[in-house]
Amino acid sequence: MVKRPIYLDYQATTPCDPRVLEVMLPYFTEEFGNPHSRSHAYGWKAEEAVDYARKQVAAILSADPREVIFTSGATEANNLAIKGVAHFYKDKKNHIITCSTEHKCVLDSCRHLEQEGFKITYLPVKSNGIIDLDDLRGAITDQTVLVSIMAVNNEIGVIQPLAEIGKICRDAGVFFHTDAAQAVGKIPLDVNAMNIDLLSLSGHKLYGPKGVGALYVRRKPRVRLQALINGGGQERGMRSGTLSTPLCVGLGEACALAQTEMRAESARLKALSARFYEAIQGSLEEVYLNGDANQRIPGNLNISFTHVEGEGLMMGIKELALSSGSACTSASLEPSYVLRALGVEVEMAHTSLRIGFGRFTTEEDVDTAAEMIIKEVGRLRDMSPLWEMSRQGIDIKSIQWAEH
Amino acid sequence: MIYLDYNASVPLRPCVKKAILETYDLEGNPSSPHFSGRKVRALIDEARKSLVRGIHGQRLVFTSGGTEANALALSGLGERPLVVSSIEHESVLKAQENPCIARVTTAGIVDLKYLEKLLSSFDTPGLLSLMLVNNETGVIQPLQDAVMIARKLGWKVHTDASQALGHIPLSFEELGVDMMTLSSHKCGGPTGIGALVLKEDLQLLPLIRGGGQEFGMRSGTLAAPLIVGFAAAALEALSEREEQTKRLRELQKKVEEALLMARVHGKESPRAAHVLCLGMPGVSSELQLMSFDLKGIAISMGSACSSGKTKESHVLRAMGLSSEDVQCAIRMSMGWKTSEDDIDNFIKVWNEIFLSQQMKEAS
Amino acid sequence: MAYSQKVIDHYENPRNVGSLDAQDAAVGTGLVGAPACGDVMKLQIKVSDQGIIEDAKFKTFGCGSAIASSSLVTEWIKGKSLEEAAEIKNTTIAQHLSLPPVKIHCSMLAEDAIRAAIRDYKEKHPSA
Repeated sequence: MVKRPIYLDYQATTPCDPRVLEVMLPYFTEEFGNPHSRSHAYGWKAEEAVDYARKQVAAILSADPREVIFTSGATEANNLAIKGVAHFYKDKKNHIITCSTEHKCVLDSCRHLEQEGFKITYLPVKSNGIIDLDDLRGAITDQTVLVSIMAVNNEIGVIQPLAEIGKICRDAGVFFHTDAAQAVGKIPLDVNAMNIDLLSLSGHKLYGPKGVGALYVRRKPRVRLQALINGGGQERGMRSGTLSTPLCVGLGEACALAQTEMRAESARLKALSARFYEAIQGSLEEVYLNGDANQRIPGNLNISFTHVEGEGLMMGIKELALSSGSACTSASLEPSYVLRALGVEVEMAHTSLRIGFGRFTTEEDVDTAAEMIIKEVGRLRDMSPLWEMSRQGIDIKSIQWAEH
Repeated sequence: MIYLDYNASVPLRPCVKKAILETYDLEGNPSSPHFSGRKVRALIDEARKSLVRGIHGQRLVFTSGGTEANALALSGLGERPLVVSSIEHESVLKAQENPCIARVTTAGIVDLKYLEKLLSSFDTPGLLSLMLVNNETGVIQPLQDAVMIARKLGWKVHTDASQALGHIPLSFEELGVDMMTLSSHKCGGPTGIGALVLKEDLQLLPLIRGGGQEFGMRSGTLAAPLIVGFAAAALEALSEREEQTKRLRELQKKVEEALLMARVHGKESPRAAHVLCLGMPGVSSELQLMSFDLKGIAISMGSACSSGKTKESHVLRAMGLSSEDVQCAIRMSMGWKTSEDDIDNFIKVWNEIFLSQQMKEAS
Repeated sequence: MAYSQKVIDHYENPRNVGSLDAQDAAVGTGLVGAPACGDVMKLQIKVSDQGIIEDAKFKTFGCGSAIASSSLVTEWIKGKSLEEAAEIKNTTIAQHLSLPPVKIHCSMLAEDAIRAAIRDYKEKHPSA
């Protein structure tokens, strides 16, 4: 029995790194000035700190600091990028391309635009979770204003071919937005090399604070947006509202740390993931990895444990903090739309767990987690009528189930 | 350094620092034995409840600050006529394209007769946005009267109460408004968080879509440390209000009585105790700001927003002040940390600046 | 989601897990639910010549509430006559386990499972 919970939900949120918090704290207290106050040192100091943070954010993207807009998080950044571009260019173009496995805030923004009369193409993904570039090429028309494809999927961790997508978009004269909330600090990103025009990121997915994120907006060739929030005209008029100095400083520091430590951290997480997956595979039959086996971030594994229901499994491993493939924002029992988009069958989607490793995961955590999961899956399979039937050679699909 | 720019940002209250640190501690280390997502959620719920109780509200949606709350309030009802007063904060004035403007009297108060005529001139009822306490002059608006007029005509009412919390009695219920904006850092909480208080039966179209948090009105992961800090600040501001107002009123009076040559804008109207909008005859506000800064006193010209360009206060213009008068006005605003010494210093420096300018002109 | 103490107890120490020989004339088998819906229950009863349920076994694929509901009913139906067992209502199960509204379907499934097992038994014994 472990005494402390083991956190394996790094795709949901990451703890704020103590080093980040330490840098932030003075800006909550002594340096409380409003960064937009022009008439005194309190304001100037705050502004200086925000400017420095902006440089740190820009650096991890190889961008210019003037291209970084602070927001309240990736959700706002995604809303601003998609709705902002759509609304600004609506008299010229009215078509947007996105993908069926995007984060809810991207899909919901697109659905809203659809109601306003925009045309949206939702690209399917291949069974490995990655889009087909030919699909993308085929979907672009002279009415297409924006392509929004996420960098790394939040559930299955697969990496989309950003550079290729960027090239296709640039050649076609279409803006390319990517939701990189799960990618920043985990894979190298270069907005110029990858031809990215807009990029969203989130503080609390990269060991920074919650309540802050950023949108990269390219200056050359210039991307224009209609603001969601108007007022004082901060952030080049694209996002009004008093900037929170401690949050901006925290985001900047988180980016700087991630940039410095990315290589070492990736290698470490890759080894941890491999160790975990080997342990699981060594002890359990019929476990399947969802999403591409290679083109993925090192800290994520999405695994289906055949004939063991995910929510039931989670209850048995409650010392592990992680997500099941069927758990959503509400208590909805729908299986993950991301797994469904990969073509994972509903019954398999119900058996999935998302396991996220991160900066504070230890080898011991991994071993304990693997051991607990193996034990519990074994226990639940002994209790599972489906497992029993499949052992007896009965084809589960041949049974006429009364769907309720 | 003496800080007298509380309306731009209020120094964090000590109790808030403690609340923020504790929450970061709880949230920050998921491997610690007391970590629990459920605990963090419970803290958010508790903060929401105590805020609602404190201002006698109904439903409360957390936002990234006052500006976003205003944007949400003014766009959330969909297409409908919008009337805002001429002295609103820019986040209200610019929330929608071309809102209809309700003028104010020279005393800085919304002209109620004009307002009634204006609202009646619309075919369909819309939304009125009228701030409770003006950020530049501290003038308190006759909100209840405006609500009565609006209600009679079927209009909904929003108020930006960012500068009211902790400074005047504040009850959502008594005001009778449909929506009310609150800002954390204007009452001594952290920046990056605010709220829109609204009636239970009001469902707004979201500005930020996604996971459907905040009753479907505002998506995005909630920042527990900020929320907990906001609630702690607001509750302290509310509980200390009477005592604090009494103290600041004395200081306000002291300045007014000491600075015989100063013009106090909005003087003839009911005002909050923590703000003074002061004109120094013949001395440009920019020169005043520089001189005050040299003497170690931080004040401002007005709102702290916009991008560096100094421009005239739209609030004072709306009150009918001449361009010259507007250009000689500064704002000093006080708060929980302000001492009588600070104010004595301010008075002394104000007089010095004024005197040296007089002498320059005389020579 | 917060599970009740009773659900946790049945989940951690499920009663009567296992299988009976479905071919045995004294055994009735009920298989309800669907893998696509995230829960499947198999409930088996062994009925004496006097029409009393002597033994009951279950296997369940599903969440903790589904496992607890099926574990609970195996306890309840043992020693009951078929008629008495058929009278067990999902509401009683839900109440006993303090199931939240989103988990009521688990108790319904358990009720279905009892009925399906009895039906299967009766089909084997048309005269009974």
